Amino acid sequence: MIVGLAPTREVLANGVTVVAKRTSTTPAVTLIANLRAGSVHDTAELPGLAHFVSRTIDRGTERYSADELAEQLDNRGVTLAASVTRHTLSLACTCLVEDLDDVLGLVAEVVIRPSFPAVEVDRRRGEIVTLIRQDEDNPAAVAVETLMSMLYGAHPYGRRARGTVASVERIDRQALQRFHAAHCAPKGLSLAVVGDIEPARAVDAVRASFGDWKAGEVVEVTGIPVPPAAGRQRRVVPMMNKSQTDIAYGFATIARRDASYYAYSLMNNILGQYSLGGRLGDSIREQQGMAYYVFSSLDANLMPGPLVIRAGVSPANVAKAVASIDTELQKLVDAGPTEQELQESKQYLIGSMPRTLETNMGIASYLQTVEFFGLGLDYDVRMPGLLGAVTPAHVHDATRRAIDPANAAVVVAGPFEGPLS
Amino acid sequence: MAALEPTSQSDSTVRERILDNGLRVLIQPVRTAPLATVWCWYRVGSRDEIPGLTGVSHWVEHMNFKGTTNIPRDQIKGIIEKYGGYWNGYTWIDQTTYTETATRDALDRMLFIEAERMRNCLYDPADCESERTVIISELQGGENDPEQLLDQELTATAFRAHSYRHPTIGWLSDLQTMTRDDLYGHYRRFYAPNNATLVIVGDVDRADALREVVKHFGKLEPSDVRRRSSTVEPEQLGERRLTISKEGTTAYLKVGFHSPGVTHDDFFPLLVLDTVLTGAKGLNLWASFRTPPPQRSARLYHALVNSGLASAVNGALLPTQEPFLYTLSVTATDGVSLDRVEAVTLTEVERARANGITPQELQKAKNQLRARLVFENDSITNIAHQLGFFGTIASWQLYPTISQRIEAVTIAEVNKVAADRLKPTSRTVGRFEPIQ
Repeated sequence: MIVGLAPTREVLANGVTVVAKRTSTTPAVTLIANLRAGSVHDTAELPGLAHFVSRTIDRGTERYSADELAEQLDNRGVTLAASVTRHTLSLACTCLVEDLDDVLGLVAEVVIRPSFPAVEVDRRRGEIVTLIRQDEDNPAAVAVETLMSMLYGAHPYGRRARGTVASVERIDRQALQRFHAAHCAPKGLSLAVVGDIEPARAVDAVRASFGDWKAGEVVEVTGIPVPPAAGRQRRVVPMMNKSQTDIAYGFATIARRDASYYAYSLMNNILGQYSLGGRLGDSIREQQGMAYYVFSSLDANLMPGPLVIRAGVSPANVAKAVASIDTELQKLVDAGPTEQELQESKQYLIGSMPRTLETNMGIASYLQTVEFFGLGLDYDVRMPGLLGAVTPAHVHDATRRAIDPANAAVVVAGPFEGPLS
Repeated sequence: MAALEPTSQSDSTVRERILDNGLRVLIQPVRTAPLATVWCWYRVGSRDEIPGLTGVSHWVEHMNFKGTTNIPRDQIKGIIEKYGGYWNGYTWIDQTTYTETATRDALDRMLFIEAERMRNCLYDPADCESERTVIISELQGGENDPEQLLDQELTATAFRAHSYRHPTIGWLSDLQTMTRDDLYGHYRRFYAPNNATLVIVGDVDRADALREVVKHFGKLEPSDVRRRSSTVEPEQLGERRLTISKEGTTAYLKVGFHSPGVTHDDFFPLLVLDTVLTGAKGLNLWASFRTPPPQRSARLYHALVNSGLASAVNGALLPTQEPFLYTLSVTATDGVSLDRVEAVTLTEVERARANGITPQELQKAKNQLRARLVFENDSITNIAHQLGFFGTIASWQLYPTISQRIEAVTIAEVNKVAADRLKPTSRTVGRFEPIQ
């Protein structure tokens, strides 16, 4: 019998979920705290609110000023990294085992009692505006953001997580406090604790820091319909100050809990991941020498996420690269994968599990994914069987459902003025 | 031929063997996961390039993934993937390296690939041509990033004579004109067992692993590498300045100071000073720079980011064989003038030179660096990287002594490097001024 990772999972009386796993590679512990407070909760009027919270939540609490928090973390060599995705607001850090209780106490302070001091809010606003302006000058960021807005329209997945300069200017301290009060609560918090500490001790330490937190229910945003694709959409964003053009090409696909997820995942690996970018890498980089990078990625989420193909090419090769993407996609739609390709991708995805689970951060991220999608504590043991059961017909079927060049959204950002076929 | 020594299973120290053909082999059993990693390092990087051939080391690295005498081009794919493995390579100023990490049963295949790569790569003319445009695409992708452009310009301005001055990717015209024979000549000269260090870390038996190494590499012939010493950079006699004026949205400042090589006594005191100024990064190029430093209480963060003048600040002191650059990079907040950002940055540098650092700052910097050194050794891939990296720039034996060297740094040493190394006359100030 394969034992697998076998993490410990416990739900505290107030609803906080703790997932812990002991490792002994280094005398360190990695913590990831995930709150169900992602950018899907941004309102149409205030896009960027969740992101703004992530940039200010650790800048002062009821007990500590921003400087005091900074001093306490810096003294221990700890970087508390706050980030926001569509559905989660995360705080992640690695500390020495000896500092775990203190660091958990600080993380709890930040999660439960942030004070959003007005002066900090104003300073971080300047930082966020600068980040947005940097994105506007980055062809890769422009291409992907434009693609997401074309695929998802008014759906929350279509919005820029960082918001706009105008919306960020409107976000004030009260808006941040309201967001925290509405979306940050023990029932929406899961904590992964991975490192050289007994799981029971880790659970006790989390209970000591978070056990008294009382707050209301959390509501997840889900079930919002994705607008159907209606023909091929093309958009060119000329950025004539740049050297290279970025192509983003994609479709809205499926949710993570969709039964065909494993077929989609293998399709993505065959198409644009395996070895150096799958079939796309073989054609566009290896055979034609057109791009330093070309790959595909599948982001199946709580709601149907995108399959995105990305490439960076010289402006002279845009038409040829887009045509090659069309050709490779159509070939996979028409004939499906070969038996050998499927076998290789399965072997790779299954075989890469021990590598994914080598470091504390790798294990903690994996445990949070399992928790977020409800995949089960034995998912690492079941995963080979789930992938193994996928047949070429399943992948072919997934390909026909997911991909249709005639319905693709295609964006080119960079020193290119069109036209685009 | 190397002698095989009996070793105990629990012995997890690093052991070195040098084969008769000069190949340096380092093996460290680490049994925390059923994995093994191989890194094969060559003492060749962009500092070994001459005008007309800049970028050749990096291009050679690309060509070394394109098939060998015993691995047809279309069969390279899948050898490591079959074991769920990861493979990659990189080229920098002092070194070129290749790596695989996979389940332990892939060790024989990893060593086979690296032995093939050392002497048997094909350099098919059509593949060289097709890769030319891939490399130019990589260069143009880099040019899209204003910070990378500024870094390139600053390095080229700070160095007049030493070959660290040109970018590892090379200058465009060299990439347009280099020939297949240029590439192949560079490959044959530098890719030889006597110019390489092979590192194996993971769930391996030391004696078995060494036997495998001898099987794959033992018969490879050494070559006449003739690695030339670089031109010594003459002392800089006054501040240098450069400005990039280009369309963009954001202004960037970068200040570079000539820094010591990793074996110089000033290196670790300067590392501590950088930690006080911008927070601890650690010393692992492969791992550390992916996690932002703890820096909220660092001096420059406080003066620039907490004050709202900048949205980001970073310091970089990278371990190199010869004197390179210590750089401070600042992103100006939207609407803030670069003059103000520069004035505050240089004032903080001058304050450190005039008044030095405090005992509390020294202790905090040491705490941070101690923690970072633990964090950056959390995988066999990272451990093996560090052994090989320090092997190419100095000696792998330096690596296990790093924490003691940091611990031994005194305030007086830090204050002295601040005064000596951060002088206005030895700095280069680079500005990216966006044209809206």
